[in-house]
Amino acid sequence: MRWLLALILAMLPIAAAGQAVPKLVPDVSQRQINIQSGFTGAELLLFGAIIYPRGVAPEGQVDVAVVLRGPARPITLREKRQIAGIWINADSSDFRSVPAYYAIASSRPLSSIVDSKTAAIYELGLDKLQLSPSGEVDAKEQRRFSNGLVDLKQRNGLFRQEAGSVEITDQVLYRARLKIPSSVPVGTYVAETLLIRDGRVIVADDKVEVRVRKTGFEQLVTILAKDYSLFYGTMAVLISLLLGWFAGFIFQRI
Amino acid sequence: MDIYLPIANLSVNALVIILLGGAVGMLSGMFGVGGGFLTTPLLIFYGIPPTVAAASASTQVTGASVSGVFAHMKRGGVDFQMGAVLVVGGMMGTAAGAAIFEILEALGQIDTVINILYVLMLGSIGGLMAKESLLSVLAVRAGRPLPAAKRRHHPLVASLPMRWRFYRSGLYISPLAPLILGFITGIMTMLLGVGGGFIMVPAMLYLLGMGAQVVVGTSLFQILFVTMASTMMHSLTTKAVDIVLAVFLLIGSVTGAQIGARLAQRMRPEYLRLLLAAIVLLVAIRMALGLGWRPDEIYTVQAL
Repeated sequence: MRWLLALILAMLPIAAAGQAVPKLVPDVSQRQINIQSGFTGAELLLFGAIIYPRGVAPEGQVDVAVVLRGPARPITLREKRQIAGIWINADSSDFRSVPAYYAIASSRPLSSIVDSKTAAIYELGLDKLQLSPSGEVDAKEQRRFSNGLVDLKQRNGLFRQEAGSVEITDQVLYRARLKIPSSVPVGTYVAETLLIRDGRVIVADDKVEVRVRKTGFEQLVTILAKDYSLFYGTMAVLISLLLGWFAGFIFQRI
Repeated sequence: MDIYLPIANLSVNALVIILLGGAVGMLSGMFGVGGGFLTTPLLIFYGIPPTVAAASASTQVTGASVSGVFAHMKRGGVDFQMGAVLVVGGMMGTAAGAAIFEILEALGQIDTVINILYVLMLGSIGGLMAKESLLSVLAVRAGRPLPAAKRRHHPLVASLPMRWRFYRSGLYISPLAPLILGFITGIMTMLLGVGGGFIMVPAMLYLLGMGAQVVVGTSLFQILFVTMASTMMHSLTTKAVDIVLAVFLLIGSVTGAQIGARLAQRMRPEYLRLLLAAIVLLVAIRMALGLGWRPDEIYTVQAL
């Protein structure tokens, strides 16, 4: 009987944790990022509070990871190789869903807060992204392409992984800053917050959305170029003709 | 001063673009070439996607050549009949160029082809120019000017059927020759964003044997129309014309062109040509090395 009691007692905290799950109240500093003429990138503050059942923070450390993810797109990745002394695109591989932007920040290095299986399930970390490669069968080759893609995106600032950049205050408030480069694609971005304890994800919230869009003149130019290309081309020709003619006219008088 | 380019989708320093346009414009004013052969590679070095660079450079060349065309027209330096034939060839060339562009882009080889074409073209033209200008510089130094080359067209041109009279150019040749020449430069314009002046001018002089007084004006006339056509073509097919980029380039280049034109009046033409040859060769060498060097990025992404 004693061992049964001991077992029940040992299971109690787990059961309690399972029943009364903390709640996350996440938010971002900006729900909309406007790309305008002076846009050089943006910094987004992801912050929020952890509301514990009965308002009591549990013993032990909690960790928070925040993920900001752009719309997924299919791409072709080409690999250059030196052929006859010249570097040319040789191999290529298709990926069906590559996020246009992916940034993850965590309170401690990911490897020390979640095991690799959990990380894979929640796509935590650049090496755990599900890029859905297609076509290529060889796993080793696939790995090489995925690594190349992640490395490229990382150096362009479109993929980021920052350990230790989530600050947690009194186990209740958390905040993290994520940098967005000027080359960020437009679309609807999803901010996900994960509360992690003892290597497991306790709560995850992905209801916060951030819209990245071009506004004003930049939006107009993009729409014209895309949907009214005949008009756009004519305008481009006329503007360059006028500018050239005008400059010649002015300089003749000087 | 940072400015966001809506089509290239990145922000650049506006001052750098204006200065770049200015430097290229100065060269074009000095030498009477469009300068597209410098704009496109420089923009690519600066980080602008190659397609956007080529498309916007051709828009810029349009603006840079307008005032030149007017100036040459005033003093009767444009052979409109010859120009029209070249333009027709050029338009067909841009259409063919657009098709080639699409095929190469789908194959993923557009960048390599652009680079190789640049190396071949700039290398050969630069080499020829360097040789010719070195000889004339040496001749001037020695005090005995070279005998003027006899003006006559290439035997290949003479063998083409159907002859027209081009009065201003002083020629009686088949219109097929300028048509083919225009066609080739049209393709170049579409692929490389160059006006093609530095191919056109030597070809007109040495292949067609046109009178020197109408060569530059007629070449500019053709460049004006063909770059307009290629801007339109890029707008309709690749959708890569960045008007913001083109305007900043133009602000620099139209100003630079006027300064360059004034500088050119103070320099000896032989030295001027030698300088241009050196610049062209330098760009060619840099691009040739770029082909063999391990590139910064092994991987490139193309949206599906």
